[in-house]
Amino acid sequence: MELILEGVLTAFRLVFSGDAEVWTITWLSLKVSGTATVIALTLGIPLGILMAMTRFPGRAFAVALINTGMGLPPVVVGLFISVLLWRSGPLGFLNLIYTPAAMVIAQVAIAFPIVAGLTMAAFQTLNPKLNLQLLGIGASRPQLLWLLCTEARLPLLAAVMAGFGGVISEVGSVLMVGGNIKGQTRVLTTATVLETSMGNFGTAIALGVILLTLAFGVNFLLTRIQQREQIRWPRPS
Amino acid sequence: MRGSVFTASILAASTLVLVTPLRAPAAKPANKIIVLATGHTLRDSGLLDVLIPAFEKKAGYIVRAVAIGTGQALVMGKRGDADVLLTHDPEAEAPLVKEGYFINRRQFMHNDFIIVGPAQDPARVARAKSAAAAFKHIAEAKVTFVSRGDDSGTHKREQGLWKAAGLSPTRPWYLQAGQGMGATLGIANQKQAYTLTDRATYLNLKKTLRLEIMLETDPGLLNLYSVLEVNPAKHPKANHAGARAFSDFLVSEEGRALIQGFGKERLGQPLYFLDPIK
Amino acid sequence: MAETLLILDDILVQYGNVPILEVPSLAVYAGEILAIIGPNGAGKSTLLRVMGLLEQPVRGKATFRGQEVTRENALALRRRMASVFQEPLLLNASVVENAVLGLRLRGLDRRTAEGRVRPWLERLGIAHLATRPARSLSGGEAQRTSLVRALALDPDLLLLDEPFSALDPPTREGLLLDLETVLRTTGITTVFVTHERNEAVILSDRVAVLMKGRILQVGSQSQVFTQPVNEEVAQFVGIETNIPGVVEAVGEGLAQVRFNGRTVDVVGDFHPGERVLLCLRPEEITLSPARADAVKTSARNRLAGRVAKITPWGPHYRIVVDCDGARLVALVTKPSFLDLELAEKKEVVASFKATAVHVLRLR
Repeated sequence: MELILEGVLTAFRLVFSGDAEVWTITWLSLKVSGTATVIALTLGIPLGILMAMTRFPGRAFAVALINTGMGLPPVVVGLFISVLLWRSGPLGFLNLIYTPAAMVIAQVAIAFPIVAGLTMAAFQTLNPKLNLQLLGIGASRPQLLWLLCTEARLPLLAAVMAGFGGVISEVGSVLMVGGNIKGQTRVLTTATVLETSMGNFGTAIALGVILLTLAFGVNFLLTRIQQREQIRWPRPS
Repeated sequence: MRGSVFTASILAASTLVLVTPLRAPAAKPANKIIVLATGHTLRDSGLLDVLIPAFEKKAGYIVRAVAIGTGQALVMGKRGDADVLLTHDPEAEAPLVKEGYFINRRQFMHNDFIIVGPAQDPARVARAKSAAAAFKHIAEAKVTFVSRGDDSGTHKREQGLWKAAGLSPTRPWYLQAGQGMGATLGIANQKQAYTLTDRATYLNLKKTLRLEIMLETDPGLLNLYSVLEVNPAKHPKANHAGARAFSDFLVSEEGRALIQGFGKERLGQPLYFLDPIK
Repeated sequence: MAETLLILDDILVQYGNVPILEVPSLAVYAGEILAIIGPNGAGKSTLLRVMGLLEQPVRGKATFRGQEVTRENALALRRRMASVFQEPLLLNASVVENAVLGLRLRGLDRRTAEGRVRPWLERLGIAHLATRPARSLSGGEAQRTSLVRALALDPDLLLLDEPFSALDPPTREGLLLDLETVLRTTGITTVFVTHERNEAVILSDRVAVLMKGRILQVGSQSQVFTQPVNEEVAQFVGIETNIPGVVEAVGEGLAQVRFNGRTVDVVGDFHPGERVLLCLRPEEITLSPARADAVKTSARNRLAGRVAKITPWGPHYRIVVDCDGARLVALVTKPSFLDLELAEKKEVVASFKATAVHVLRLR
């Protein structure tokens, strides 16, 4: 128990003393997972909406693929992407292995199916006739999309939070494709693993506390938006 | 309406910030980057955190040091996914050098392993005459021994010792941690068991452990570190110039001074010892 | 001559290779209320969607207020119309926020939009619900909100797709009457789809009968309901007595038609030997006890028969009388039903006027 307490105190100390390494690690965690989430949202939300609202041959297969993708073990994703990015691999010429960019790629692969799958489910909760009705009172297509998003905002923001949560806390893939290199690809999760394996439990717990605080902070913000009662009005277009 | 502008601009700003260069400065061409593969123990000791910045500053390279364990490092080197290796398993290194995967192997420093265990020493290891004998004692007494179990250099050395003693350790007294040295020592500490560890990690964690040194300075416990360059003949894309520069740095005056001085301040004794290069 | 608001030309809607709707020509005139009736699956909703520029036909064009509808102007023209569907389909917001949605989509600021919407909320009796969340409304209240949403747009064309079908009868009646008042006083051109004949009767100026994707008849209410153009339409508009026969004799403005050994007098210009179908609405057949003395009435046709089936029909009774194989359906009020002591297998006389019979020529 004192270990956890010591960890919390160490966390405060590290953060407020401006420990450069901790700040670098934290900032990199935020950058990598944040970027990966934004990319996953950009790709996943439109795909999710498309899959929810259209019918095309092979749709059932695509849905099954996305749903499977939601449960991909991060370390397996990391392994596959490593093999691709290694110099000896097909994409080795890109020189991406052991860079934050590779970490973003791996995390996009993890977050994207989560976002797409949950967005699809979110839009499937909407009444399919709502589209026609909204068009029938004069919504343009972009306005229609916006209105549907606000109608589905509860499950949609849950999708965003699930996507972000899934990557800020994962360690398997960023460890493999990033290499946990000090000052370059070390993030909160991989640093925690390192400190634990070295036996520095106090520091490890501190890093864990910082990670939890970060995740909580972001989710708190998103939850505020999600639970807001008033809907945002679309601009005419 | 204002609210959504606000939200949109927050999102836009965040995206811009997040997308700013994540890569190491892209201006430098690829051959400024060296991929160095090492074992966990070397990284955990902190020596690399001293050597690498000094080398980068001096030679202008960027070193991507990945600590993946000696076994995996050798495999990576074989495949050409790394440029230079720092490993400590001479038995495994030799055949690979012979087969031409690595060139210019320099065994440039060493430290040693020690056997640690509970103060009461139920297996009477302290009285053993050699490391192999100590292991025999442990096996006979069936006292718990925690192994790295992760194919690292330390693990390979430990396996070699069991073999030399003519033993094959099994459960329930032989536990495979599958983790780094720090965690393994932690397990040994919790279970008040024996384990083979490098001196540096032990000294680093000594305050938190209730384990004592049982056996040391046995020739079988010598831990020899070598730097190996990936053979450019087998892997033309490897950054051989960088690998050579790094290797040269390790045996240079500055490098040697850094190695020799490492640990003196913090723990009162050096953790690594230099070897002459033949 | 009223202005033509919307013209559909040579419309074909097809799903895969199956034609769903084929309309060579249909016009909607400014200020009228046009009802589109037909059985389920006839394509009525599809027709309404085509009119509302919500569905693209495979072939054909629409002209709105003289402008041909093209891809470029479709949105602008669509915004001159408003649609209301069977389900209210409101957003998860308050009544007012839903009601102003159409106006806000067109760029109006919230304050002005709420000002425009308020009188409509009052007209449709839901002003007291303005701040309530839409989810908490009853079916009727929600549908009223949907109507306010459409009416507040002051649309050139109002399109209603079975707006009352999802409501229970009392609610339906109340809303129907309120809507009628609103439409009559504002004169908004309305096209509405229903499969309930009496809704069309109450609300419409013109009626179009749609069956299996084709418009069989368009005309005034009385035209369609009393002079159906063929058997299919006749059956749909509620003419339940259909007796085939042959014209036997003609004279004095009457024709005599024979069927199954009986003769019936009808009015019309026919020739002997023509094969015809005699159509009668249930309201037009009167029943009397069999052995009553033949009181002189102006109803020329009196057929003896036997009661085959009695079905309660709202407050009345629907009586099927079998006259030698011919089936006549009469609507009888409850008091009369009791007075006559009608029961199955009872002998009765079915009478109707010659002028009441609508005669269709059979091919």
